Amino acid sequence: MSSADITSLGTALATEGATGARVPQTYRESKKQKKGIVPTIVATTIAVLWTIPTVGLLITSFRPQIDALRSGWWEAFKEPNFTLDNYRDVLGSDQPIAESFINSIIITVPAVILPLVLASLAAYGFAWIDFRGRPALFVAVFALQIVPLQVALIPLLTDYVSFGLGGTFWPIWISHSIFALPLAVYLLNNFMREIPRELVEAARVDGAGHVKIFFQVLMPLLTPAIAAFGIFQFLWVWNDLLVGLTFGSTDTKPITVVVADLVGTRGSAWHLLSAGAFVSIALPVIVFVSLQRFFVRGLLAGGLKG
Amino acid sequence: MSTVEKFGQMFLAVAIFAAIFGLVLFVVDRIKGRQADRVAAFAFIAPAILLLAWGLLRPAVLTIFRSFKDATGDKWVGFENYSTMFTSSDQLEVLRNTMIWVLVVPFVASAIGLLYAIMVDGTRTESLAKALVFLPMAISMVGASVIWKFVYDYRPTVGSQIGLGNQILVWMGLDSYQFLLNEPWNNLFLIVVMIWIQAGFAMTILSAAIKAIPDDIVEAARLDGVKALGMFRFVTLPTIRPALIVVLTTIAIATMKVFDIVRTMTGGNFGTSVVANEFYTQSFRSNDRGLGSALATLLFILVIPIVTYNVIQLRKADVR
Repeated sequence: MSSADITSLGTALATEGATGARVPQTYRESKKQKKGIVPTIVATTIAVLWTIPTVGLLITSFRPQIDALRSGWWEAFKEPNFTLDNYRDVLGSDQPIAESFINSIIITVPAVILPLVLASLAAYGFAWIDFRGRPALFVAVFALQIVPLQVALIPLLTDYVSFGLGGTFWPIWISHSIFALPLAVYLLNNFMREIPRELVEAARVDGAGHVKIFFQVLMPLLTPAIAAFGIFQFLWVWNDLLVGLTFGSTDTKPITVVVADLVGTRGSAWHLLSAGAFVSIALPVIVFVSLQRFFVRGLLAGGLKG
Repeated sequence: MSTVEKFGQMFLAVAIFAAIFGLVLFVVDRIKGRQADRVAAFAFIAPAILLLAWGLLRPAVLTIFRSFKDATGDKWVGFENYSTMFTSSDQLEVLRNTMIWVLVVPFVASAIGLLYAIMVDGTRTESLAKALVFLPMAISMVGASVIWKFVYDYRPTVGSQIGLGNQILVWMGLDSYQFLLNEPWNNLFLIVVMIWIQAGFAMTILSAAIKAIPDDIVEAARLDGVKALGMFRFVTLPTIRPALIVVLTTIAIATMKVFDIVRTMTGGNFGTSVVANEFYTQSFRSNDRGLGSALATLLFILVIPIVTYNVIQLRKADVR
């Protein structure tokens, strides 16, 4: 998941997702009998085949340079010979991969926090504050989802340079935050509206203002939604190439840009490429595997920035 | 910049941001009375709206204007960039490739996702199998490109292969093949990567839709003697139709904007460029920002009908 853009505004609705996904496990399990052993084997085999390209590169990243360039990774099963040298090479402190890994972290943290805060505030405003022009404004934000970020890049680049921000992290942080907003506002607004009106009314009667209601009533209830969107945004930003390539400088380029460069300049150094690629893949995959439940729920709620 | 300085900048950015918002919200919280709602609405919504207006809406309009100017932006050239796009043989190839991508990826990825969702439903290893097929979604398209470029790695037929693709050809007694160089088929080998990524997404959404099919419908059909194929044709397919449409359109939009894969695997050379890649190349490498803007505008126009259709379908599903 990366590049391209937002979409699937509410896969949820179509699949009865948000609610459908919350059907208790036991109920879902009970309604269909388990299939036999043959379908299980077939399905598992396909899943394994699907994973082979990844595994091939992973194995290669642990093979000594001379082996990696001389024989296929499947040969490693015949005479196992593994090393961490490739990782040591790409992660050396003066290596571009190591530096860009840091850059990716520097880029990702604000690029996830900023849009999440901005979007939850806006979503609250749209869901729970009455003001003139609210529906029209909300539709406008919603509609901005169709703008491909390509159309924004050239004018933004010109602006950042004239503001004197060129070469810093600001263009990347600001751009990622802006591009995330339409989907984030829309999704969080959906979640906010699901919260019972009585809860908010009760707080209001107790004399709580909007700020208090936002922090004390809604935030605790919205943690899962915010987590889901946070994971999305993390994956989107970490895996992004286009924004990093356009606004990144020598000092600030993220790891995707460096790995893509490496493919161009050292396309046959597979021992380094494989290790470099896995350094860039590792973090999102770990996040994905450990938080898969949130991720899938977010996806079902319609948040795909594909 | 040293690493420490970079982290310093990061914390500073977040701190500035937090301080501004803390202050604004603190002030808003003090204001009581009749104006309270209006002030709160402004404080909550204005930052997002202003950023969107400045960073998305305004640039989009500027880009559309820019597409009617020449490479440097000094002179109005009318529709010249657009006529280049639709007449020069290089650009026509770009359009052709994009069309192939958009026709192939959504249908094949959705078909694979749907078949797999049905196949895996109720098997003993379901969750593990689904996680493996879904995993490419977490991998960046750059990472996926490296993974597949390795599969496609070319060595002469004699001698040992290191790419799995060519090794399989050699095992079958065929000659090794330049997957990424031989036009026009190299486009299909790039497309495979996108399908590999998107099938997992299709499977996840469709699998949830299948599980949401009410028990009684399935039972009733079974009692009526409907067999597996009929069950798919008359029960599964009609019920999950809305989800299927969402999956198709979503993948179509993502495919239309595909950039990373082409850029990383071939750089758009050997007749493999697509609109999003050509946009980047023209805008930031050839510095023809007129043509670049025209390509971005084209992308915008192409996406509109699909998104509109998507939204209409969602509305329908919502009403139901």
